Amino acid sequence: MTSTSPIEQSETHIAPQADHGDPARTWLARIAEGRAWLFLAGLIICFEVWSRLSFGATFMLNPFNLQSIAIFAVAPLLLATGQTFVIISGGIDLSLGFIMGLAAVVAAHATNMAGAVIPLPLAMLAGILAAVIVAGVPGVINGLLISRLRVPPFIGTLGMFGVARGVAFLLAGGTTVPVQNSWFALLGNGRLYGVPYLVIIAAVFVVVMHYILSQTRFGQHNYAIGANVQAARRAGIDIRGHTLRLYVLSAMCAGLGGALYAARFTAGAAQAGEPLLLDSVAAVVIGGASLFGGSGTIFGTVAGALVIAVIQYGLVFVNVEPFWQFIAVGFVIIISVLIDQAQRRFSGARQDE
Amino acid sequence: MNSSGQTTPLLEVRNLSKHFGAVRALNDFSMVVRPGEVVALAGDNGAGKTTLIKAISGVFQPSGGEILLRGQPVTFATPHEAREKGIETIYQDLALADNLSIGANIFLGREPMRKAFGFLPVLDRKTMAVAAKKTMGRLDFHVSRLDAPVSNFSGGQRQAVAIGRAVYWDAQILIMDEPTAALGVPEQRKVISLIHQLKSQGRGVIFISHNLQDIFAVSDRIVVLRRGVQAGERKISETNHDEVVKLMVGG
Repeated sequence: MTSTSPIEQSETHIAPQADHGDPARTWLARIAEGRAWLFLAGLIICFEVWSRLSFGATFMLNPFNLQSIAIFAVAPLLLATGQTFVIISGGIDLSLGFIMGLAAVVAAHATNMAGAVIPLPLAMLAGILAAVIVAGVPGVINGLLISRLRVPPFIGTLGMFGVARGVAFLLAGGTTVPVQNSWFALLGNGRLYGVPYLVIIAAVFVVVMHYILSQTRFGQHNYAIGANVQAARRAGIDIRGHTLRLYVLSAMCAGLGGALYAARFTAGAAQAGEPLLLDSVAAVVIGGASLFGGSGTIFGTVAGALVIAVIQYGLVFVNVEPFWQFIAVGFVIIISVLIDQAQRRFSGARQDE
Repeated sequence: MNSSGQTTPLLEVRNLSKHFGAVRALNDFSMVVRPGEVVALAGDNGAGKTTLIKAISGVFQPSGGEILLRGQPVTFATPHEAREKGIETIYQDLALADNLSIGANIFLGREPMRKAFGFLPVLDRKTMAVAAKKTMGRLDFHVSRLDAPVSNFSGGQRQAVAIGRAVYWDAQILIMDEPTAALGVPEQRKVISLIHQLKSQGRGVIFISHNLQDIFAVSDRIVVLRRGVQAGERKISETNHDEVVKLMVGG
C-alpha cells in the first residue's frame, strides 16, 4: 500500500500506479520468478547435509555426482525446452515422449544403414539428422491438426502419442535396436575436459532455444499468442503458421533427445521417452511457466529439469527407496503452482485498486 | 465547429448496405468524417452499429454502397488492409497482450530488429521502449517503467496503450467501440481527454457509446442508427439528450 489514494490519482493525469516501486511486491515477484533456482539451491543444501550426516560424504562436491545429474537431466531437458515453447503459447504437447522413442529407433537404424556405405562419423551425423527430420513429421501433423482443423492440443497430441508409439515399436520390431558405430558411442559416453559431450550439446542447444524464445519475433509472438490469441490475430500475426512451426519445433527437440538417447545407450528403444513426457511438463511448470500460457522462460525450465534430476539422483544417493522420488517431484510441482497462484492473486488484487 | 463543410472528408460512407440472408443489418447508410472531427454513433442494440464499423474496418464486405478515403473509393478484403490505409479499430475488449510491455504491444506483429555483435538478429527493445515513451507522451501519458507488462496498468491506461499503438502507426481514422465501458469515472475522463488529443491532431474519430454523457462531452456530431437505417444526424451543439433518445427509440 502506498499513500496515493485513487481520488488523488484521478485529479492529476493517471500516473503509473505507485505500486510498481513497492519493494514487497517486487521481491515477491522476483522470488516467484526465480523459485525454481531457489528450489534447486534448497534441495542441494538438503542433500548435502543429509549425505554428510548419514554417510560422512559430500554430495555436490563429488564430480561424479555432478556428471551423473547433468547426464540424467539431458533428455528431459531437451523435451522440456520444446514443451516450454508450446506451454507458453497456451498449448501442450503430449506426443513428445514417443516422438523421442521414434527418433531413437530411427537414429539407430539410420546410423547402422549409413555406416554400411559411408564413413562412421558421417553415418553418425546422418543418423542424428534422420532422427530430427523424422521427428518433424508427427510435429507437422500435430501442427496441422491444431492450426487448421482446430483440434484442441491436448487431444491432437494425445492421438499422435499413440501413433508415434505404434510406429516406433513397429520400426523397432518390438525390441531395442543396437547401434554399431564407435563414433556414436563416443558421442554418447565421451567427455571433453571431464564434461560429457551430451551435456555440452544440451547446453549449446539450450542457449539457442533461449535466443529464439527471448530475442526473435517467433518468441515474442509465442508469448503474445499465449496471453491473448485475439490480440495477436488482430495485430496481424499469422497464428496458423506460427502454430505449425511451434509443434514442428517441439517435435524436433524430442527428435534430438531421441538421437542423444541412442548415442548414450548405443541402442534405440521405442519406449525411450515414455517416462520423460510428464517430467518435461513438470520441469516447465516448476520452472515458472503457467499452464494457461503467456509466461515462462527457457532458463526457468533448465532449473526445473535440474530440480527433478537432483531429486531423482539425490534420493538414490542417500539410499531412500526410489518410490519416494515420485512423491517428492509431485510435491515440488504442487508447491510451485501454489507459489505462482499466490503471486498472481497478489498482483491481481493490486491491479483492481 | 471549424471542420464542417469545406475540407475533403477523411472518410465517407455512401449508401452502404449489408445483408445477411434476408436480414438487412445495414441499409443504404451514409455518413462522413472530416479531419479533426469526432462523430458519435448511437443506437440501440442491434441497430447496426457493429455491422457498420465491421464493414468500414474490413471485417465484412459490404453488400452494396461504397467507402471513400479522402475522396478515393476503397475496398478492404481484410482488417489488415484497412489498417494499412490508416483505419484502426480500438476494440472494447482491448486487443493487448497483457504479458508484454507497452513497446512490445505497440510493435506487436511488426517488431523492429537489430544486429547484436554485428550479425545476430535480435529484437530491438530499446527502439520499442523509446517509441513507446514518445508516443505515450504525445497522449499526455507518462510511464516510469516501460518494461513492465501492461497487466500492471489500469483499464484506462491500457485503453491509452491501445490508442497509442494506433497513433504510432499513424492511423487517420480511429474507430472506438465503447472505449469507456468497463472503466471507472476518472478513467472515463482520461479516455475522453485522449479523444480530444486525437481530435486536436487532426485525426477523425468514430466514437460508439451507450453513454450519452460521454457522447455530448466529446463529439462534434451524432449519427443515430435504428434497425439498420440512419434515423437522424445532428450537430451536438444543436441537439440535446431527449432528442437523441427519441431518435434512438423512434418516438
